[in-house]
Amino acid sequence: MQNKSSSYWPQGTVYGTLLNFKREWDLRAPQMPEAPHKGAPKAPVLFIKTANTFTASGHKIAIPSNVPEVDVGANLAWVFGPDARVVACVLVNDVSIPHESYYRPPVKFKCVDGFLGVGALAKPVAEVQSDALVLTVKVNGQEVQRVNYADAVRASQKLHADISEFMTFQEGDMLLMGSDCLPDGKRPRAKVGDVVEISAPGFETLVNHFVGATA
Amino acid sequence: MKHARIAWAGAVHEAVESNGELLLTRSPWVGKRLKFDEVVWLPPLAPVPQARTILALGLNYADHAKELAFKAPEEPLVFVKGEASLIGHKALTRRPQGVTYMHYECELAVVIGRTAKHVKKENAFDYVGGYTVANDYAIRDYLENWYRPNFRVKNRDTCTPIGPWLVDAKDIHDAYGGPMNLSLQTTVNGKLTQSGHTRDMIFDVPTLIEYFSAFMTLQPGDLILTGTPDGVVNCEVGDVIVTSIEGVGDLINTLGE
Repeated sequence: MQNKSSSYWPQGTVYGTLLNFKREWDLRAPQMPEAPHKGAPKAPVLFIKTANTFTASGHKIAIPSNVPEVDVGANLAWVFGPDARVVACVLVNDVSIPHESYYRPPVKFKCVDGFLGVGALAKPVAEVQSDALVLTVKVNGQEVQRVNYADAVRASQKLHADISEFMTFQEGDMLLMGSDCLPDGKRPRAKVGDVVEISAPGFETLVNHFVGATA
Repeated sequence: MKHARIAWAGAVHEAVESNGELLLTRSPWVGKRLKFDEVVWLPPLAPVPQARTILALGLNYADHAKELAFKAPEEPLVFVKGEASLIGHKALTRRPQGVTYMHYECELAVVIGRTAKHVKKENAFDYVGGYTVANDYAIRDYLENWYRPNFRVKNRDTCTPIGPWLVDAKDIHDAYGGPMNLSLQTTVNGKLTQSGHTRDMIFDVPTLIEYFSAFMTLQPGDLILTGTPDGVVNCEVGDVIVTSIEGVGDLINTLGE
C-alpha cells in the first residue's frame, strides 16, 4: 500500500461490478436458473475493494503463498465528484484469487492486501468514451487480452443509474465498470515474477509487479 | 468512557457521556453540557484518512442461522459495506414504497483501535478500540443469490444506523469480562421482538479478528459488525426501532418513507 503524492489515489469507497460483460454472462447463463442462484441477477452484482487493497502503479502486489496464480481484472473505473456526478476515469487492476462460485460475497478472494492496482492518471471524464474504450492487458510484455466496453451488459450510464436507485455515490468514490473474461470463462492469470500492464489510449499504462508474499 | 459525535450550534463536536448528559470535550466548547435531545447524533466514529472498511457478518448466531433455514457456516460469511450507508442515533431510515419485508438486525459493532495484521486470537482484544451498536437493516424483497447478501439489500443509503456511543473497549472488558458476555435486544414501538446474547456467536470477536487480519490489514476506525441473533420481524413506516446492547447503548431509529 504505497502512495505517490503526484498520482491519483482513491479517496472514497471503491465499488466493483461483476458479470458486466456479455461473454461471461452468456457462458454462465445456462447455470443461472439452477441452485444456488435460482435466477439471473436483476440488479447489478457489486463488491467492494477495501482500502487495504490499494496499490499504486509501479509498485508490487504480493501473491499469498498458498495461491499459485491470481486473476487479472482490467477495469475502467469512474471517479465521482460532488453530487454523485462522475468527474474522472482511472485504469485499475481488480486482482482476485480465482473463484468459480459467485454465490457468496468474495471478500477473501478480492480484499487481500494489495489486490487493487490503481492507475496514476485520473483523466477528465469528458475526454474518455467510457462505452467504447478498449483496454489492453499484457503479461511480461505479451498481449493476453483486449477488453472492449462496447461489449458491456450495462453501458456506463445505465450501470450508474441502476446502482443509484438504492445508493448514492459520495465524492471520491469509485465504480469499476467490470472486467471481461477470456473465451474459456477465465481471466488472465499472473504468478510470482510476472509484470502486468493495463493500457488504454490516452492513459498512462498501469504497471504492477507480482511478487511472493513475505512472511 | 462513552464517546459521541454530534452536530450542535452549527458545527460537529466530540463529546462524552457525563451523568446523563453530553459533555463537549474540544475547544471552543470544552466543558459545555448538553441534553441528549438538544443535538443531532452522528455515527460515533472519527473520520479516517482512507475509505473505512466495514465488514459485516451474516448468519453468525446459531439461532438466526436456523431461523433462516441455513446450516451454520463453516467459515465466517462476510460482506462489505460502504461508509455512506451509516447514519447516527435517532435518525430516519428510508423504507421504500411497496416492499413487503424490511427488518432490523441488532449487532455488536467492533471498532478497530490499532493496525491489525496477522493477529492471533489470544491477542485480538489488544486491537479493539471500542464497541458500538449497529442496526444492519435488510430488505428481503431485494435478495438475490449473487454475492449474497447483495448490495441492494445491504448497502442502501440510510440503512445502517450506528451509535449512539463508542464505548472504550476497556469499559466493556472491566464491567463484563469482554464483548462475548452481553445481552442484546430489539424493541419495535416498545414491544420486545428480538432477544439474544453475544455468547451465542458462532465466530466470536477474537476469531473474527484473527480470520480477517490473516489476509487483510485492518486500520483504526474500521468496523466489524458481528451479526444478529434470532427474532427479526418486518417493520413499517413510522415504527420506532430500538436496538440495544448491554453496556454499549440503546440505538433508536425511525422508519420513514
